[in-house]
Amino acid sequence: LPSAVLLKDMKLMDVKLGQLGSWLAMRDFTPGGIMGAIRRGHSRYYNKYINVRKGGLGGLSMVLAGYIVLSYMWSYSHI
Amino acid sequence: VLHTTRPLHTTQQSLAPVPPLPEKGGEVRHGLIPEEFFQFLYPKTGVTGPYMLGTGLLLYLLSKEIYVVNHETAAAACILTVIVYAIKKLGPEVAAFADKLNEEKVATAVAMKDEAIQTLQTAIEEEKKEQWRAEGRSYLFDAKRNNVAMLLETNYRERLLMVYSEVKKRLDYQVAMQTLKRQKEQDHMIQWVEKSVVQSITPQQQKESIAKCIVDLKALSKGAHAAV
Repeated sequence: LPSAVLLKDMKLMDVKLGQLGSWLAMRDFTPGGIMGAIRRGHSRYYNKYINVRKGGLGGLSMVLAGYIVLSYMWSYSHI
Repeated sequence: VLHTTRPLHTTQQSLAPVPPLPEKGGEVRHGLIPEEFFQFLYPKTGVTGPYMLGTGLLLYLLSKEIYVVNHETAAAACILTVIVYAIKKLGPEVAAFADKLNEEKVATAVAMKDEAIQTLQTAIEEEKKEQWRAEGRSYLFDAKRNNVAMLLETNYRERLLMVYSEVKKRLDYQVAMQTLKRQKEQDHMIQWVEKSVVQSITPQQQKESIAKCIVDLKALSKGAHAAV
């Protein structure tokens, strides 16, 4: 019988669709929390794609593609 | 407030040895989309699912003019073609070059580590040798003890010799004193006897003795002439 996991401790992939709103509301939105989230995300991406022995092109190109998409979205109204 | 009941250092966490770097990064397909996305859609849609999703998405963006086709699109198409061509042509060479740089860095680090280990090994050997040497203490102390005993013996014999020579000197002195005394007594007695004898010779006796000596000499010379 698995122990009941609190909603706020569950990972995003385990959250059911109906609980998404409450899960999102429960996240840590303090500046410290946001910085922590950015740091965690960065270290996850860095350790998976860049900090390896034989890194490939994908690690860098995904960041550039994301940047392209984001800047297109921001400048859409000008087009 | 430190909770004294809180257990400390319960896990095996430590900074060394650091786990080695993973060999290859996460798989990325076409350089843009991570492999996890394809695996995520595989159970529901099979192999062509993500590609169909991509095509549909692209057509949707184009038809709804969410992506506007203008002069920048042509420029982007040309640039992307060139980039893809360059990557396909020169990719492996650049990768080999980067790998070589990495290898050199790793090689220097490993060399330093090996050198450190080697120096520590030699230090251990030296230490063991010093320990072995320290075991020879007993021989050293035996030799020193022998030295000291010899010194004592030498000293004792020297003093013995000195005692002997001193005693001999004193005894020699006594002997010399005695002989000297006897000699002096003898000399004095001889002198006294001579003096009394000479005094007792009166002048008349002297003349008689001289005459007798001359007669004796003449007789002797006659005898010698005869012998020759």
